Amino acid sequence: MSRLFRTATSPHVTTSNSVTRVMMTVFLALIPGIATYVWLFGWGVVINILFAILVALVCEGGMLWLRKRPLKPFLSDGSAVVTATLLALTIPPLSPWWITLIGVGFAIIVGKHLYGGLGYNPFNPAMLGYVLLLVSFPREMTSWLPVITFSQHPLDFTQSLSYILGGHLPPGLTIDALSEATPLDSLKNNLRQGNTIAEIRAQLGLDDATSRMLSIIPIFGNFGGKGWEWVNFAYLLGGLFLIWRRIIGWQIPVAMLASLAGMSLIFYGVNGNAYVSPMFHLFAGATMLGAFFIATDPVTAATSVQGRLVYGAGIGILVYIIRVWGGYPDAVAFSVLLMNMTVPLIDARFKPRVFGHLK
Amino acid sequence: MTDADLFSTRRLWRFHGGVHPPQHKRESNDQPVLKAELPGRLTLPLHQHIGAPAEPIVEVGDLVLKGQRIAKAKGYVSAPLHAPTSGRIIDIGDYPVPHPSGLSAPCIVIEADGEDRWIDREPIADYLSLEPSELRNRIRDAGIVGLGGAGFPSYIKMNPGGGKVIETLILNGAECEPYITCDDALMRRQADEIIGGMNIVRHALQARECLIAIEDNKPEAIAAMRAAIEGMEGVEVVPVPTLYPEGGEKQLVKVLTGKEVPTDSLCASVGVVGTNVGTAAAVYHAVHHGTPLISRLVTITGDGVGRPRNLEVLIGTRMDELITSCLGDLAKIERIIMGGPMMGFSMSRADLPVIKTTNCVLALHRESAPTHTAMPCIRCGACADSCPINLLPQQIYWYSKFRDLERVQEYNLFDCIECGCCSYVCPSHIPLVHYFRYAKGDIWIKEREKEKADLARRRHDSRQARIEREKAEAAALRAQKRAALEASKAAAGAADTRKTEVEAAMKRAESRRQAAMDQAETQRQKAQARVRPDAAKDEVKEALKATKETPSAEQPPEQQAGNEEKDA
Ligand code: SF4
Ligand code: SF4
Repeated sequence: MSRLFRTATSPHVTTSNSVTRVMMTVFLALIPGIATYVWLFGWGVVINILFAILVALVCEGGMLWLRKRPLKPFLSDGSAVVTATLLALTIPPLSPWWITLIGVGFAIIVGKHLYGGLGYNPFNPAMLGYVLLLVSFPREMTSWLPVITFSQHPLDFTQSLSYILGGHLPPGLTIDALSEATPLDSLKNNLRQGNTIAEIRAQLGLDDATSRMLSIIPIFGNFGGKGWEWVNFAYLLGGLFLIWRRIIGWQIPVAMLASLAGMSLIFYGVNGNAYVSPMFHLFAGATMLGAFFIATDPVTAATSVQGRLVYGAGIGILVYIIRVWGGYPDAVAFSVLLMNMTVPLIDARFKPRVFGHLK
Repeated sequence: MTDADLFSTRRLWRFHGGVHPPQHKRESNDQPVLKAELPGRLTLPLHQHIGAPAEPIVEVGDLVLKGQRIAKAKGYVSAPLHAPTSGRIIDIGDYPVPHPSGLSAPCIVIEADGEDRWIDREPIADYLSLEPSELRNRIRDAGIVGLGGAGFPSYIKMNPGGGKVIETLILNGAECEPYITCDDALMRRQADEIIGGMNIVRHALQARECLIAIEDNKPEAIAAMRAAIEGMEGVEVVPVPTLYPEGGEKQLVKVLTGKEVPTDSLCASVGVVGTNVGTAAAVYHAVHHGTPLISRLVTITGDGVGRPRNLEVLIGTRMDELITSCLGDLAKIERIIMGGPMMGFSMSRADLPVIKTTNCVLALHRESAPTHTAMPCIRCGACADSCPINLLPQQIYWYSKFRDLERVQEYNLFDCIECGCCSYVCPSHIPLVHYFRYAKGDIWIKEREKEKADLARRRHDSRQARIEREKAEAAALRAQKRAALEASKAAAGAADTRKTEVEAAMKRAESRRQAAMDQAETQRQKAQARVRPDAAKDEVKEALKATKETPSAEQPPEQQAGNEEKDA
């Protein structure tokens, strides 16, 4: 008899695709957004990201070790890196180190591993971490920076590092003096005070030179929120790259953006003085990051094509509702988490028509 | 040939999903087709097709001629077997056969005498004068089964039954599996024979049109087949875009006709019959030359062989001999696969015989037969996007992993054709198909157990009922006797006594008749358990099941899935 061969199950070929490659492509697609973010808001962003990744890897390794899982395949799958980066991108650029530590630690340990690790978590871990931070540390989490051109004291890399790690600012500066509300936030405050959009535009829509002179931070940029419009635009580009590379499907982003635009169009059309335009909603806050990078997290999103459309549309609608009538200026995290809860229902309801199953 | 020639004006449809694995067709296609050497010994498994195994009609020691029938078809869904060369029967018994289970099965072993002497063959001079049923019988007697891989007896396909009208006969030359080129080679070399066979099948089916589907990665085959149908009516060569698994029968029907074959139905239900090009050529030889199916083209390929090529091989030839003849070093080969890399199964040994459905022997070195550690499912949906049946493999996987056999069926596990697209694209390298086969096996076992239990319960119930009835009858009889006795005592009239006696005798006869009927009923039930009225259909079903991997012989998926998380 000839020798024996080891048998294996078909198919005997696979693509060279891997979880690591998927995650690294996502990371790659974030780079334009990150670069724009750094360009407009300073070095704190980079420090946050790097520190968040470090924390994530340590937590991931620790949890794997505790759960007696092999370290190498899971540490190198890139999922912790992506979670950490996404979370770091949602916290203010000058956040003390412990903010990142708590947020990322919670995301990885509770949001991911206590649910069973990669693939088993029902909620988007980064968003869980973010929401924990937002409700626990509202002051730190709302101390955003103005766009560098409007900042009277832009911090350089070392200064940012020294604040993030040690809480030291250059003499004479306080974090309150440095920080500013985001466009979405100040819009909300202004509307609450009874100002109309026209009035806000008149006050805060000055040209850059004048507003700098009067040290006013504008809300409106060229087409979206001041400064944030470009960050959103860069995320949009990265997102399109992901769709092109077939890392994500088009359904969730398209449904989410369309429903958000649709909602805002209706209200803007009814009363343009109390509600801002769809463009503003699309290009402010975390809209694009949410649409292409957060809502599309495959683990926690709906699966079928129709299911994804419903899921994405739900997020878009919730974002609008919370932004306009809710207690928080932005709403991507809450909306995503809320829709995460509906995924089992959506998945059970929307199944594709199977080949050969005619009506 | 220009690109424009690859297009046809015909409207084509699409099926969902599909993948483009690397083709690797060049390797074996670059070499001319050769006849494999006549082996010294041939091993012929009795079960090379879907249906019941053939039944030997020779005995050890018999001398047989090439083409002589050595085993007969058993039942409707079955196929006979013929001696591929002349020689002596040296054994009839269990030998290892190429089957996913890796088990042995009954085989007839022939020692070749080297003379290759033919039996007298009876070609059919004019098949058009034959009744379709007679033609079908000829094809059955030639042992022809689907050569594309499934091995379904061809004569059954040619008999759609129920007065069904067959609009379209599809000749399947898609050959969408990577590496395999035997159909391509056949179309380039023997286009006329294929067309000849097609005409015969068309006549038997009375099909209106014939479509010859060839993937557009085979321009030479397309040209050769086009040349062969020059001037024929109602026949068209249709180049179809290369996309795995287009060669799947129902997928191809969809692409060519836009018709979706309902699940659980055959293509004939939408007026289409599909036949592999190799099968058509075999039909041609059976009718025009009286040659039974005793050889076929086999692609010997993969980086494990030095000179990949197509060989014309006698059924029963050992695969390792073929590999060696193509300069393959068995010591360096990591994996041997019968069939293509997407749906073929890997074998634990190489000394297995080529059977009627062996279209390819794929020998891979370690580098091209990677084993991945499975990661958890990240629900990316790539599998669902690639599934030609539009299933949700990630959901089926999830539920089969937790042995939720009801849910997997809700998600239509049984529609899965095990094409492997989902496993192919999965970034987590989860052996999805393996899980699906395993789940199917589990369900079949459960069902069989349930059937058995049902039958036992029915039997028990009817026995119980019979006992009750007998008791009641006996009681009634006793009461009657008593009454009769009393009555006779009272009346003491002879006529009356006689009457009661007659009555009693009638009663006895009646109760005997009842008992006999009961017995008949039990026997009928017993018989029914063995052969039900729809036995033929069941047999097909059973056979279909049997051809799938035998679950018990397999490793549970968890062991293959490596470090994948099992808790959650
Ligand atoms: S392709 Fe693999 S990882 Fe992606 S959803 Fe399907 S099974 Fe899960
Ligand atoms: S193997 Fe089954 S589930 Fe996977 S792609 Fe093919 S038909 Fe779909």
